[in-house]
Amino acid sequence: MKIEIEIDGKKLQVEQNSMIIEAADNAGITVPRFCYHKKLSIAANCRMCLVDVEKSRKPLPACATPVTEGMVVRTRSKLALEAQKSVMEFLLVNHPLDCPICDQGGQCELQDIALGYGADASRYDQGKRSVADKNLGSLIATDMTRCIHCTRCVRFGTEIAGITEMGSIGRGESTEIGTYVEKSLSSEMSANIIDLCPVGALTNKPFRFRARAWEVLQARGVSAHDCVGSNLHIHHRRNKIMRVVPKENEAINETWISDRDRFSCEGLHSEDRVTTPMIKRHGQWEQVDWQTALHVAVEGLQTIAQTQSPSHIGALASSNATLEELYLLQKLMRGIGTNNVDHRVRQSDFHYQQATALMPTLPVAIADIEQQDLIIYIGGHPQFEQPLINHRIRKARDNGATVIMINPVDLKHNFDVSDKLIVANPLLPRALTAICRALSEQNPDAKTSAQELLQSVTADDKHQQLAKQLLAADNSLILLGAIAQHHQQGGLLHGLATLMASLGNSRVGLLTPGANATGAWFAGAIPHRGPAGLNVAKPGLDVKRMWESQLPAYLLLNLEPEHDCANSQRALKALHNADLVICVTPYKTAAMEQYADVILPMAPFTETSGTFINIEGKWQSFTAAVTAQGESRPAWKVLRVLGNLLELDGFNYVASTEITDELQALTANINSDQQINKWRYPSQLPAVNNGIERITYWPIYRSDNVVRRSVPLQNTPISDAPVIAMSQTLAEELTLKAGEDVVVSQVDTSITLPVKIDNRIAGNVVYIPAGFAETAALYESFGSVNIERK
Amino acid sequence: MGNINHVCFRNFDLDQPWTFEAYENMGGYKAWRKILRGELTREFVLEEMKASELRGRGGAGFPTGLKWSFLNPNAPGQKYVVCNSDEGEPGTCKDRDILRYNPHQVIEGMAIAGFVMGATVGYNYIRGEFYEPIERFEIALQEAKAAGLIGLELKDTKVAFDLHTHIGAGAYICGEETALLESLEGKKGYPRFKPPFPANFGLYGQPTTVNNTESFASVPIILEKGSKWFSEQGIPNNGGTKIFCVSGHVNKPGNYEVPLGMPFSELLELAGGVRDGNKLKAVIPGGSSAPILTADVMMKIDMDFDSLAKAGSMLGSGAVIVMDETTCMVKVLSRLAHFYDEESCGQCTPCREGTGWVSRIVHRILHGDGKPDDLDLLDNVAANMIGRTICVLADALAMPVQSFIRCFREEFEYFIEHGKSMVEGN
Amino acid sequence: MVATREGQQMANANKARLSDSAKAEIDAWLTKYPQEQRRSAVIPALHIAQDENKGWLTTQLMDDVADHLQIPRVSVYEVSTFYSMYDLEKVGTHKVCVCTNLSCMLSDSDAVVARLKEKLKIDFNETTADGKFTLREVECLGACVNAPVMLLDRTYHEKLTPEKVDKILGELE
Ligand SMILES: Cc1cc2nc3c(=O)[nH]c(=O)nc-3n(C[C@H](O)[C@H](O)[C@H](O)COP(=O)(O)O)c2cc1C
Ligand code: SF4
Ligand code: FES
Repeated sequence: MKIEIEIDGKKLQVEQNSMIIEAADNAGITVPRFCYHKKLSIAANCRMCLVDVEKSRKPLPACATPVTEGMVVRTRSKLALEAQKSVMEFLLVNHPLDCPICDQGGQCELQDIALGYGADASRYDQGKRSVADKNLGSLIATDMTRCIHCTRCVRFGTEIAGITEMGSIGRGESTEIGTYVEKSLSSEMSANIIDLCPVGALTNKPFRFRARAWEVLQARGVSAHDCVGSNLHIHHRRNKIMRVVPKENEAINETWISDRDRFSCEGLHSEDRVTTPMIKRHGQWEQVDWQTALHVAVEGLQTIAQTQSPSHIGALASSNATLEELYLLQKLMRGIGTNNVDHRVRQSDFHYQQATALMPTLPVAIADIEQQDLIIYIGGHPQFEQPLINHRIRKARDNGATVIMINPVDLKHNFDVSDKLIVANPLLPRALTAICRALSEQNPDAKTSAQELLQSVTADDKHQQLAKQLLAADNSLILLGAIAQHHQQGGLLHGLATLMASLGNSRVGLLTPGANATGAWFAGAIPHRGPAGLNVAKPGLDVKRMWESQLPAYLLLNLEPEHDCANSQRALKALHNADLVICVTPYKTAAMEQYADVILPMAPFTETSGTFINIEGKWQSFTAAVTAQGESRPAWKVLRVLGNLLELDGFNYVASTEITDELQALTANINSDQQINKWRYPSQLPAVNNGIERITYWPIYRSDNVVRRSVPLQNTPISDAPVIAMSQTLAEELTLKAGEDVVVSQVDTSITLPVKIDNRIAGNVVYIPAGFAETAALYESFGSVNIERK
Repeated sequence: MGNINHVCFRNFDLDQPWTFEAYENMGGYKAWRKILRGELTREFVLEEMKASELRGRGGAGFPTGLKWSFLNPNAPGQKYVVCNSDEGEPGTCKDRDILRYNPHQVIEGMAIAGFVMGATVGYNYIRGEFYEPIERFEIALQEAKAAGLIGLELKDTKVAFDLHTHIGAGAYICGEETALLESLEGKKGYPRFKPPFPANFGLYGQPTTVNNTESFASVPIILEKGSKWFSEQGIPNNGGTKIFCVSGHVNKPGNYEVPLGMPFSELLELAGGVRDGNKLKAVIPGGSSAPILTADVMMKIDMDFDSLAKAGSMLGSGAVIVMDETTCMVKVLSRLAHFYDEESCGQCTPCREGTGWVSRIVHRILHGDGKPDDLDLLDNVAANMIGRTICVLADALAMPVQSFIRCFREEFEYFIEHGKSMVEGN
Repeated sequence: MVATREGQQMANANKARLSDSAKAEIDAWLTKYPQEQRRSAVIPALHIAQDENKGWLTTQLMDDVADHLQIPRVSVYEVSTFYSMYDLEKVGTHKVCVCTNLSCMLSDSDAVVARLKEKLKIDFNETTADGKFTLREVECLGACVNAPVMLLDRTYHEKLTPEKVDKILGELE
């Protein structure tokens, strides 16, 4: 309901339950403020927003005073201005006024407002409070003497990050904002308090002393690390990235970004960045010019295509590659005559690839996740995979939604889970099937082709109860996380989730790894479908079979297979045995130096233009924030030249936008038939192994090549270490103790890892993270392992 | 105290007046038993409360009956009654005696309040330092529970009222009712911004009424003797008796329960007059947050809410701090400023920064380092603190500061100029 | 009353944990509040923990209280540093809390304070060398008509004079 009020003589129609400050903001009327933030609860403690409200003797805080019909507000009357000026004076009483050396200088709310509302000379002539700095970890620098006690950072922790780590310690004048005990913040979104802090008390630690706010230029960017597509502002100076901050987009990331999106840029300039093309000659690496390098690559590819067959070449790409890069890569491969192109490098199971929709997207907009009545999340850790999707799930929970976790590990979440089903990893398919059975019993009208499969299992009370909750919800959503997708029966799990949705009147969404998996599907960077989902006559090899086939030639785009792939050892074997390995990559790794023959240095996401399609299907294009470092080039240009040198048609692009346009035009070709899921369910579940099973996860800060190189992220409390984790029960069975080194072997390799006890892991399952040099030597990320005492 | 009728202190001449037995013998729990038997309606009790002209004894003097009418007893959901026994206003020490000597009357008052407002649970928030009163109250509460008078499931009645003792841990601000609620929820005592008021959003977000100990203790008598009897103890619009805590330079400091509207001069006489036959200099008539008044104003004033408000001060909590001619006003203000500086909760900017600033200015005057502009600065800083914060703690320092400068300007100027007090012996 | 770094270190050196009997006592308080309002018991719980640990709170004890009440640890630190009755550094066997607020000041609390300092040979916020007494200046104790007043451990002493101070301290010697 709208009511009419007047602010500064302007008649306004405003929402009945809003506060004066919201009404003013919407009307473009500035009211100074420090503690108020539209995303946080109202504290009304700074008193900066005092305004003059007719019929009130006292000035009232605009942030906490609800509008009422006919209210007349003056934000700049004598009463209001006097109040604002005096509050400003009080705020500066104990403030150090060290703007010249403060990192916030030039972008400081206090500085800005002081200019507008402050008195000229300080009447306070006594000693100022000084406050000891706190160590909040590797991401956030503190200068607590500058703190004005607005408590935005404290409220952020409790209300947004879902973890209360900061507080106001003490009372009165000696109140200090902090953690009381030395403590690094452990939220995956912690650094948003840097943006929230209206003064220079909390600043970007790695950015410190790099540049002044007014010296940097700002470019728009899109997150290259998860499928949310958070909007970024990338600050740069003299062609170097200085820092990353959020760009507000209510529909996607609101005003936040994850710490990963903010600090990944610290990995851009790592020492192993390659900025000149290189070739290996007689076992020696040489830096060469582009012409030479491209020549070697093209000649190699042509030789294999001609002497053997184009289908002896395989191309693999990261799902962080841009839409344009992925499109050109598949165009190149299909141009030379093979469908061997894929980006699903972490997936173990490709059985059901023909059944899935054209591209993985959420059935609802990201922002609508918060409106769901019920969310079932299967297999994964939303908080560490897509922090901002998790934030929406958390908000849904706050709004009263039921959130149910089905997981092989009883992970901790930053909200109260309504219900959970924790089952040993190999039993996940059985659990989902049982829920489907319960659904079909409770909802006999729903038809399914999977009756035989359903009859093969029994549903217990828990399954019945989950089914009941799902059926009772009007607006529900089933989400699949990384564990479900990468599981050895990931295809089946996806199918079972789809079955659950159809029996339970719900919808399924995949939360894919990387920034652009949806784009990769659309671009045709999959072996069985071309761009826009067009069927191909004879599907090429999927990732798994590309490795197993030990092809003579591989073309890798933005990928470090030893860290990025399921079954990394199988990948390494294949690469070592190949005749030709061409890496288009921003970095070179030790392993790469062994297996690669040609290294073509590519520009990372900040140095190229491109497009990501996020998980809700939104296309977001960006331009290069800075030019490519050294000799490196945007990968779309590298692929374009490769196409030209291979004398393929349709590689004459001048700008990346031409590729984007070509892709845009393809959206018209989408065959809606293919959008329909055509699952054919087995009559029985695959047999379950009795031995010890491995479960693998890419820790939040090991997720891709850029993130892995960000030292500040590696130094946070939530960055994992390579370990082998298992429950106490399993450890006792194996007579192992916490901290003890054990030999973990798969097939013909073994590595040594320390034991960690983690009782959240169900069954005879051990957790071994991926993304580490230490664990790269292992085979299947989901499969059996052997463990022996050292 | 001869022919004065007592309300809260009516049992004080008994031996062990705090026991259940003593209270019952005196007619205690009569009203509550009537309610338990269904003989009194909510509407009747509420009307009696309004007619009694009882005004809150905690400081603000808000009509208690009116406050109780803000809660809808029939609305669904849990409602709460909370007793404010955080007594911390400098000069005030009446609730402590009520809790020590007449705890059952508070319990009965709270129970009746719960009945009127449909609140089945109550808490008495007692300041942590009150070890003895806490114990007395808790024992009395157990007695009342044992007698089947307090609890959620009482025999032969549909009425229910459970009551619990809660304790503080040393923070003046928790006397402010919303800070008290935060504290009761297990948080720091940060006052809440109002609206919403506790009647809508109180303890645990539920409708709640907070009253002072003395206010609750007055309730049973209103029902026992009738609202007319009660209101006639005082003067119009200021019903009943009030406990004045007379401290400072008097011969017989003490808690005096007297009719509202009694001339100050009579109260002073009850307290034995100014000590050593000295001359009266000034009085803080309602606790440290009340502006100071000079002797000549005081000697003409009646002790009730309206008269004191008219004179530019307030009745507040009824703490009457008497100062004779030997008192140095700079020293007094310095001590008060220090108190507010110590006790500001710290959330609002003008209070957090202003109390310290004011305190340091007065402190430097007291230590001979005052500057010629300091009085104007003080007055202005104080003015800037008034009416701009969440609660009135900031005003509770600022208004006295302004009153001290207004009433005793020469004394402050003398101190600034000479670096010492104008009052001999200081 | 923010603990100093040394104070915190000292606190951490004291490894006392919240005892089962203390937990039982806290659980008794918990019955007063709605089930989902465990936080309400934090003030009484900290009193219990402090009493059990000779009058002061360690970080460990505060963490134990937080864990027992299932609330964030920093929320407990916020409370323990806000209220003046909690001590976050080691204190003497006896806490002498003397009021110097207005009514007491007018009744010559200065003389009482002077005598206390002289007898104990310490200033405010200090502890005697033998660890027996800690002296505190406190705000109004709410016994103003019997000023000057002090709170010695759990007992009020009223209408104090320097002579009375001698006697009271003498009885504790
Ligand atoms: C800073 C401050 C301290 C207060 N301290 C007390 C107190 O110690 N006891 C009390 O009853 N009311 C105190 N009050 C008043 C309460 O907020 C509230 O008005 C009172 O408890 C209501 O009860 P009544 O209507 O019965 O007076 C204080 C108010 C403020 C602003
Ligand atoms: S006025 Fe002072 S005591 Fe009251 S809420 Fe604000 S800061 Fe706290
Ligand atoms: S913005 Fe309104 S009080 Fe701070």
